[in-house]
Amino acid sequence: MIIVKDVMGIINLQEESKFIRELTEGRNVESIPFAGRYRLIDFALSSMVNSGISNVGIMLPNNPRSVLDHLRSGKDWDLARRHEGLFYLPSAEDEDNPVKGDLKNFYHNLDFFEHHGQQYVLLANGSFIYNMDFNELLRFHQNTGADVTLVYHMVSGEQQGRSVVIETAENGLVEDLAIRNTVYDGTKVSMGIVLMSKRLFTEIIRDSYEHGGLSFELDALVRKAKDYTIYAYEHDGYTSHVDSTSSYYQTSMDVLQPEVWEELFMGENSIYTKVKDAVPVQYKGTSEVNNSLLANGCVVRGKVNNSILFRGVKVGEGATIKNSIIMEKCDIQDGALIENVICDKNVIITKEKWLKGAPNYPLIVKKNVVI
Amino acid sequence: MRKTECLAMILAGGQGSRLGALTKKIAKPAVPFGGKYRIIDFPLSNCANSGIDKVGVLTQYRPLELHNYLASGSAWDLDKKEGGVFILPPYAREKGADWYRGTADAIYQNLNFIDLADPDYVLILSGDHIYTMDYSWMLEAHKRNKADATIGVIEVPWDEAPRFGIMNTDKTGRIEEFEEKPAKPKSNLASMGIYIFSKDFLEKYLIEDARDETSAHDFGKNIIPKMLADKARLFSYAFEGYWKDVGTIESLWQANMDLLQDKPPFELDGDWRIYSSNPSMPPHYVGPEAQIKSSMISEGSMILGTVENSVIFPGVRIGKGAHVMNSVIMPSTVIAEGATVDYAIVAQNCRIESGAQVAGEPGAITVVAEGETVAAEAGSKQAG
Repeated sequence: MIIVKDVMGIINLQEESKFIRELTEGRNVESIPFAGRYRLIDFALSSMVNSGISNVGIMLPNNPRSVLDHLRSGKDWDLARRHEGLFYLPSAEDEDNPVKGDLKNFYHNLDFFEHHGQQYVLLANGSFIYNMDFNELLRFHQNTGADVTLVYHMVSGEQQGRSVVIETAENGLVEDLAIRNTVYDGTKVSMGIVLMSKRLFTEIIRDSYEHGGLSFELDALVRKAKDYTIYAYEHDGYTSHVDSTSSYYQTSMDVLQPEVWEELFMGENSIYTKVKDAVPVQYKGTSEVNNSLLANGCVVRGKVNNSILFRGVKVGEGATIKNSIIMEKCDIQDGALIENVICDKNVIITKEKWLKGAPNYPLIVKKNVVI
Repeated sequence: MRKTECLAMILAGGQGSRLGALTKKIAKPAVPFGGKYRIIDFPLSNCANSGIDKVGVLTQYRPLELHNYLASGSAWDLDKKEGGVFILPPYAREKGADWYRGTADAIYQNLNFIDLADPDYVLILSGDHIYTMDYSWMLEAHKRNKADATIGVIEVPWDEAPRFGIMNTDKTGRIEEFEEKPAKPKSNLASMGIYIFSKDFLEKYLIEDARDETSAHDFGKNIIPKMLADKARLFSYAFEGYWKDVGTIESLWQANMDLLQDKPPFELDGDWRIYSSNPSMPPHYVGPEAQIKSSMISEGSMILGTVENSVIFPGVRIGKGAHVMNSVIMPSTVIAEGATVDYAIVAQNCRIESGAQVAGEPGAITVVAEGETVAAEAGSKQAG
């Protein structure tokens, strides 16, 4: 019987940022603000904590400041513990071997994995949005007797972006893993969640890195799929992978559907994030707000439609915000009009300015810009 | 414990019987306020912001929810290695156990705790006022005046003065006379129930008072008059700003409504932030047909109907076509489709069924007690 206390969580923060550049200046993909008060990493991390995992290692990106500032001691996730809790695993700067890829980082942190007592490793990618209880996954892994279990979701519609596609037999036994850039309706796509014994995990890391491997996903998993018994487990709840500006925008708009909002946030298991003490939203006499999410600390005097307002956003009188994502502490002044726009933190749109993106191609205003 | 300059003691044991249905299950300081806070957040945040990091909270009436809320004190950044929040309910001694028989007795019974903290000054606060105040200035004044005791006072309208404890002072602020609810007040400086005492001085009076069997063991009624009779150095410290006693339904409702002004009379964030224990809830969702004006709405709520001039706490559901006006809706309450709530305070976990009406009126706010269901067929719940 695998018990959850016997599982070590590892969150990988190595998502490529080339398709989401505008939002990753000074931050890694997993630290991008999401849904009004969260960061992408909160979803994988909260799912682990809610499942009962009490030892979580964070594989840090090269510039870890934003993620360190967000997670700090882990207290807001209840991971500031006397024993175990949150651990930071630095990325490896190895001058003699300047290769890229996350395998090197895993390899240089092998002593951490070996030092801790847990028998299993649950690896998750920090750029997926879901709220999941991993206990059922543990039972599945136990019952199939698999070496490795992958979690997938079924794609609906056509999706762009690098995905690990999983082909399985009826009982879930994985027959093939492949990397594709476009996937179609009904395809089984990996959610970046991998469960295996720690012994196998360290063996795979050591072996693939020492044989010149660079990427965990490609060299340790996809290329080695035939060597192990791999099973795939389906998560049928809401899932989204944020790996590009358009998937970020689309996923954000998904949260405006009450069913998605309920499923992600209002079920038995909460999503935790860094706590800030903000006042409830203040709606003034001239406010008109529809189909939107507003985080505490906002002051609204204008119109907001189909949009997400992060903490501390000000909307002036006569201002209109439509189909937009406005991050923390932006100031949209009187009479300004914003449509299909993503404003990063601390943006000021001065009075009467108009800003419009295309419906499927939002305009992005970078941090601290004044327009 | 390390020596402390100023120890705060918050009197949080009162029942708050004038809040009626709202304090049936919880102590007054635990009553929700302002869309996410509880009343006790104000003195606690004031302490944290004033640099006072050792705070005793004296609890007695229905303390469980309050204890649970205070927890380690981390919400107010008061989980310190040396200091933090200390929860002080009555406890048993060799000769038996006593309830706290009054505000002075509550402090008296915790003299051991005060000795442990070893402060030069003791700041006594009550858990039923809404205000933001820097106690460090008051402490400075206390030291400058070489006072034995300093009492926080605020100017109240002359016609309201007979409802308060009134201080008559000389030009330097030294208190010459204290009158409890005078019919003909000589001044309009009301006591805010905030006291700073020099520790040894306080200890002496508390021990004397405990021996006096005729005493009601109350600061306002017994201790302060006794100190004045002894010609001790008692000074007033004038506070300017928003201060509201929320001990009654009307005043609690009014203080909530005060937050809804276009420019609220005091700030909850900014430099003097009010801290509170934050629930893990998402930004609130406003539906396609919702209409919201002049209101405060907190996280985790779902608003599909109309909300005007109201304060909505976390996790509240307001259904399609429901109307909520001039009201305070506390956490996790559901206002179902087409229900109407006007001039009311609806406590936590209530359910106002579809089509039901809860209608109070100005001056007669209706209260729905925690966990109640108001059904449509039962008719409407009227004022009173």
